[in-house]
Amino acid sequence: MLYYLLRRLLMAVPVMFLIALIVFMLLRLTPGDPAQAIAGDQASPEQIAAIRDSLGLDAPLATQFTTWIGNMLRGDFGHSLISQRPVLEMIGQRIGPTLALATVAMVLTVVISLPLGVVAARRHGGLVDRLVMSLSVLGFSVPIFVIGYVLIGIFAVHLKWFPVQGYRPLAEGFWPFLHRIFLPGLALSLIYIALVSRMTRAAMLEVLREDYIRTARAKGLSERVILFRHALRNAAIPILTVVGTGFAMMISGVVVTETVFNVPGLGRLVVDAVLARDYPLIQAIILLTAGTYVVINLLIDISYALTDPRIRYQ
Amino acid sequence: MTISGLRALGWAAMAAGLLHAGPASAETVLNVVMQAPLRTLDPHLSTAQIVRTHGFMVFDTLLGMDADYKPQPQMADYQVSDDGLTYTFTLRDGLTWHDGSPVAAEDCVASLKRWAENDPAGRKMMEYVASIETTSDKVLVLTLARPFGHVLDLLAKPSPVPPFMMPKRLAETPSGEQVAEMVGSGPFKFVAEEYRPGDQAVYVRNEDYQPRPEPASWTAGGKVVNVDKVVWKAMPDMQTSINALQSGDVDLIEQVTIDLLPLLQMNDEVEYGVINPLGSQVTGRFNHRLPPFDDAEIRRAAMYALDQEQLMQTAIGDPEYYTLCASDYGCEVPLASDAGSEYLAGSAEERMAKAQEILKAAGYDGTPVLMMQPTDLTILSTQPIVAAERLREAGFAVEVASMDWATLQSRKNGWQPVAEGGWNMLFTYWGVTGIWNPLVHALLDGSGSDNAWSGWPVSPEIEALREQYLVATDLDEQKRIAAEIQQIAYDQGFYYNAGEFQSVAAWRDGITELQPGPITLFWGVKKPE
Amino acid sequence: MTTPLNPALPRRRLAGNLPHWTVILSLAILAAALAMAILAPQLANFEPTRINAAMRLQPASETYWLGTDSFGRDLYSRIIHGARVSLVVGAGVAAGAILIGLPLGLLAGWFRGLDAVLMRLMDGMMAIPGILLAIAIVALTKAGLVTVIIAIMIPEIPQVVRLVRSRVLAARAEPYVEAAQLLGTPAPRLILRHLLPATIAPLIVQATYIYASAILTEAALSFLGVGIGTEIPTWGNIMAEGRLYFAMRPWLVFWPAIVLSLCILSINLLGDALRDRLDPKMKGRAD
Repeated sequence: MLYYLLRRLLMAVPVMFLIALIVFMLLRLTPGDPAQAIAGDQASPEQIAAIRDSLGLDAPLATQFTTWIGNMLRGDFGHSLISQRPVLEMIGQRIGPTLALATVAMVLTVVISLPLGVVAARRHGGLVDRLVMSLSVLGFSVPIFVIGYVLIGIFAVHLKWFPVQGYRPLAEGFWPFLHRIFLPGLALSLIYIALVSRMTRAAMLEVLREDYIRTARAKGLSERVILFRHALRNAAIPILTVVGTGFAMMISGVVVTETVFNVPGLGRLVVDAVLARDYPLIQAIILLTAGTYVVINLLIDISYALTDPRIRYQ
Repeated sequence: MTISGLRALGWAAMAAGLLHAGPASAETVLNVVMQAPLRTLDPHLSTAQIVRTHGFMVFDTLLGMDADYKPQPQMADYQVSDDGLTYTFTLRDGLTWHDGSPVAAEDCVASLKRWAENDPAGRKMMEYVASIETTSDKVLVLTLARPFGHVLDLLAKPSPVPPFMMPKRLAETPSGEQVAEMVGSGPFKFVAEEYRPGDQAVYVRNEDYQPRPEPASWTAGGKVVNVDKVVWKAMPDMQTSINALQSGDVDLIEQVTIDLLPLLQMNDEVEYGVINPLGSQVTGRFNHRLPPFDDAEIRRAAMYALDQEQLMQTAIGDPEYYTLCASDYGCEVPLASDAGSEYLAGSAEERMAKAQEILKAAGYDGTPVLMMQPTDLTILSTQPIVAAERLREAGFAVEVASMDWATLQSRKNGWQPVAEGGWNMLFTYWGVTGIWNPLVHALLDGSGSDNAWSGWPVSPEIEALREQYLVATDLDEQKRIAAEIQQIAYDQGFYYNAGEFQSVAAWRDGITELQPGPITLFWGVKKPE
Repeated sequence: MTTPLNPALPRRRLAGNLPHWTVILSLAILAAALAMAILAPQLANFEPTRINAAMRLQPASETYWLGTDSFGRDLYSRIIHGARVSLVVGAGVAAGAILIGLPLGLLAGWFRGLDAVLMRLMDGMMAIPGILLAIAIVALTKAGLVTVIIAIMIPEIPQVVRLVRSRVLAARAEPYVEAAQLLGTPAPRLILRHLLPATIAPLIVQATYIYASAILTEAALSFLGVGIGTEIPTWGNIMAEGRLYFAMRPWLVFWPAIVLSLCILSINLLGDALRDRLDPKMKGRAD
């Protein structure tokens, strides 16, 4: 297991390098000019040329790439072309709200969708099942910005239970933090609640037909023990896969949620950076998310082995 | 989760939030949603409106411009020699940089030079300048080699890029590089620690600032700051901004989408209005280097086909907030002129018939017009669609190419054939301060030079008239030249003037003394504690 | 062990049983959507791109059944025409992602040497935000249907690969696969006959999900200003444009949202029903 872990981590290195190269090339091939973003749309070509020159954007691409990789290996992720601030500092300013948002969404997802999925599977074909399935489908057939506006309209503007926008860091106290992050977290989680409860139901249905469940029933174990101790554990793989891949999809959901609720997080930062062609910033954020995926997927693969004894890693 | 559960959570969190509210203080903080996020800070380098507004917070100018378009002393009093060739500026007492050091004349010389390097009008002026020198710590002298009529106007200009003053060490930053610190001498200090590019910028009152004794008028007069702190927030979603204003999270929205004003009308706690009397002009620019718009006849056909009212109606909505006029310099400015208004006269149908006729006569060969449309900039996303529809009706083949604003901006700088990424027409908008005379109006540049703003029209007549304008000092003379330039620009189809729109700001009841100005100004404003 | 040794697709039950009413309803809704797409020019009252500046943001009326948008264009006609693009985007993305993802997933699940490399590559692909891909691809080629489909499809592929692979991994450990392996069944046959079928049911669920998600992603791209241009109406960009007026004219968003949601709902219910029927393990438990 330890050997497997090490090998996986080692393999991540070339993958990250490959991502770095792809992103770098993709960005340089994309039209757009950070110098123009600095100078504004009324600037003359001379002004833009002077800024381009000072940014070192006219150096050969290979040189730019090796400089960037070299600096990064020394821990220097560079400075934003637009704001001239260190990239790591900018990411540091924005990562908190996004982590908070993702965490709240994930907690809500697990707390709500696992029981829903299990109950739906248990009452397969019944009213509860149909209700859960239909509602869950609604969760991912409505665009997240519509969900956001509706939630704000009902719970913030009319009922005034929650603030309409904004973010408070956890450092300012847990309740103010939760008060502001709850609605965006809920908006973001609906799609995952839908997804995970469907997957839970599907996987549970499959497992519930297995022999050992029948055996467990025959032994006279209580339904609750059967559902949550035996069945859910064995249904875990597809559920985990969906949770893991769901994290990947969060990026686009996070971007929109952060926009609608005005949460100053990474999602907005990366979109702004893309639209302004802030190369070092985009590159760093993508490498960061890539690294996160690699780690999360590693954790999921490990949890496969832990939850399903049939899978062994050599 | 049940509804009652949600409600309980909401109340609990709110109650706890109240208990945890930060220490009460008498500090007045003005929370503002600005029209664009602030991502870059150097006010000499950027022509973006938001950076200019930021510039007027942190930095000061030698001269200010008052509501009558007159240059007035701001950091310095001035004297002009009888021959009009020597300008002497004397810094007033008590000026200090935000780092505590006193403002010296040599700082200002370095700042002027850096500004002129970055501002096309400033660069033009420097062609006429023999020297800028200090004669003491407090006095600088600008000497012209030959007459130039606009020194004071340029030094007072509030349009991008204003000649902001900064310490010499910053002004000597190499060309094209951004200054490393925000040290100015303006009425606000920039709080670098709280700056989050693209999201938040924070300014505190500069306690050492000594306002002029005169009442404030635009960027002239006493800049008296009545709040302790100003926080700029970027909110990418207008609906969110309006919610935030209505709930009291913010005090002021710099620019509200006019279609949404009915929402604010219903709210007693919110007011709105125009605080910047000068609007912005929407311009449809032809690429003069590529067919079909390399032909003046075909450009004229396009101008007849387009319709100001339709363009404005679709983009703005409420006619109270847009103005239809021919003037290329802005509808209400001193140089405003109705030269060329024959291109806009008559009903839309009449003009369409004329357009069809001209296009046919010009022998238009069906070369498609590539119209660039920005998808992520609301204010400019409608015009290309509306224009394309009218041009098609006139007989043009039009292809609308949708792209993000950054792509559009870099694509506009090239003039290669359309198949290789070129373009034929695009829409932009310009604050009236940036186009109010032939010297600063980038779209009236007739040099056809590669260094001119995109479109590259060529007109020796206009260039000759612009030279005349540079030396003209008399307002009537300036008006005559400006009108002649405008007529030629219309006749040759430099660009299509798509009308002028106003920016509407909205604020919480209780916010008072918002200063009218060519930009949003934050001195004078009062917020109750 | 009741699992048959060869869990190939069962041929029973597809005929004989009456489908559930939800299936009929879903089919009806999808048929209606399809008809909308095909007959759009006949059904629409106006050209979807026809601008009328004097008639902006009108409420529903006899002329404008669902009102007009901010260009004064007829919302009803735009939604009808939007069906074309939105359905094609969904189908294109789902088909493309599965056509590419399925073989990769099978390979990764079977050939352990390939697995590690392939999966890390997939991790990497997922890490590149769709919006960046969309901007880059749209900018590099030309904004249009195919580019948007490709941009949305690429980030979906790794999810298919992961799902297929996880199924293959689980199936490999089943006794019937081990038995087949011991009997010397060649790999391609083993994969096609024993492993592929194990992936079908979850893939159907996944495909419906991708279909739904693709249409929504298109909307999100429009929301962020990098989607298909407004001259081609899609449910996504109709909603994205209407969102600015949400507080005043919520139906500009709600109508396309309802149509879109109904379609996605139907696709999903169909997917569920199909899944329940196709999966041999569901025998005896189906309603």
